[in-house]
Amino acid sequence: MFFNSLLTNFAALEVGQHLYWKIGNIRLHGQVFLTSWILLGALLVFISLGTKKMENDPKGLQNLLEFLWDYIRDLARTQIGEKVYRDWMPFIGTLFLFVFVSNWGGALIPWRLIKLPSGELGAPTADINTTIALALLVSLSYFYAGLSNKGWRYFEYYVHPTPIMLPFKILEDFTKPLSLSFRLFGNILADELVVGVLVFLVPLILPIPVMFLGLFTSAIQALIFATLAAYYIGEAVEEHH
Amino acid sequence: MLAFNFFCATEGGLFDINATLPLMAIQVVALTYILNSLFFKPVGKVVEKREKFVSNNIIEAKNKLSEVKKLEADLLTQLQSARTEAQRIVSEAENESDKLYKEALELANNEANASKEKARLEIESQTSAARDQLSKQADDLSELIVNRLILEK
Repeated sequence: MFFNSLLTNFAALEVGQHLYWKIGNIRLHGQVFLTSWILLGALLVFISLGTKKMENDPKGLQNLLEFLWDYIRDLARTQIGEKVYRDWMPFIGTLFLFVFVSNWGGALIPWRLIKLPSGELGAPTADINTTIALALLVSLSYFYAGLSNKGWRYFEYYVHPTPIMLPFKILEDFTKPLSLSFRLFGNILADELVVGVLVFLVPLILPIPVMFLGLFTSAIQALIFATLAAYYIGEAVEEHH
Repeated sequence: MLAFNFFCATEGGLFDINATLPLMAIQVVALTYILNSLFFKPVGKVVEKREKFVSNNIIEAKNKLSEVKKLEADLLTQLQSARTEAQRIVSEAENESDKLYKEALELANNEANASKEKARLEIESQTSAARDQLSKQADDLSELIVNRLILEK
């Protein structure tokens, strides 16, 4: 029991502690929803401010949003291909924005100053539920994309280029969401833990480079997640000849 | 066992999977629709409209440029033909003036020759007239001399 409490309270971090909300019989991680609502609210306010007055000569926020749009379009177009990227661009863009805003919001805002009865606020992507939800959505999306674009011919993909590939391709359907979710979860949680431990041990200056590294990792993880999601969808809709 | 408790405890733990998962999935799907109508569609409309505008302008400019080039070539050929035409007219005029000059020269020569001939004929006739008169006078004189000699004897 001592070991357990040492682990959970290591470096004054509350690892694996959650703020539970109970609705009837189901239990939710309240801190995940609280931070995600705050961050998504900020994102939506930002976007509605930027798209309020759209002009042909972009100014200020509109410029930034158009840059973002262009960036997401390029990402979707290069991975998914010219033919169907339009259908999937909002989904890929949402994944990118959600992960990016969650990661950066978790790293930039000093959530720890807000005390909760149990658990602590942090990046929503540092919770395994969020990353698995995102990864499963990606899995559903690429199945849907493949089936809706190619019908039953989608399953040719599993025996392409030879039927020997069949077991590996089936295995891939499980490893894809697993790697997607655990990569994001692990990176963000590790970053939070490292920063937390360093702040506890050396509260001055030393954590700052690690915090910058964390910001870098957060952005890269968002890009990786969106790129891989787009790549999986592109793989599913690709025509083999 | 302790580690298992830490990660997979029924209450809490890092890998505590519960209803947060489906609700988060629903939230992300809803966010996709909201962002699509709030961000992707309107921004895409503006950006694509501008891209179309720019590409249209580029095509138009290219068309105009090719038209200008065509007109330029047209004008160049016109200029060339005008130049050859001018050369032709100049050489024609030169030939004409040459011809006129030659004609005038010939006419003048002829006239000069004619008047020269006339003068020569006149001189000849006057010379022969003078010669006739001279021989007549010589005859008269010789007769006179002969008569006088005869008379003295």
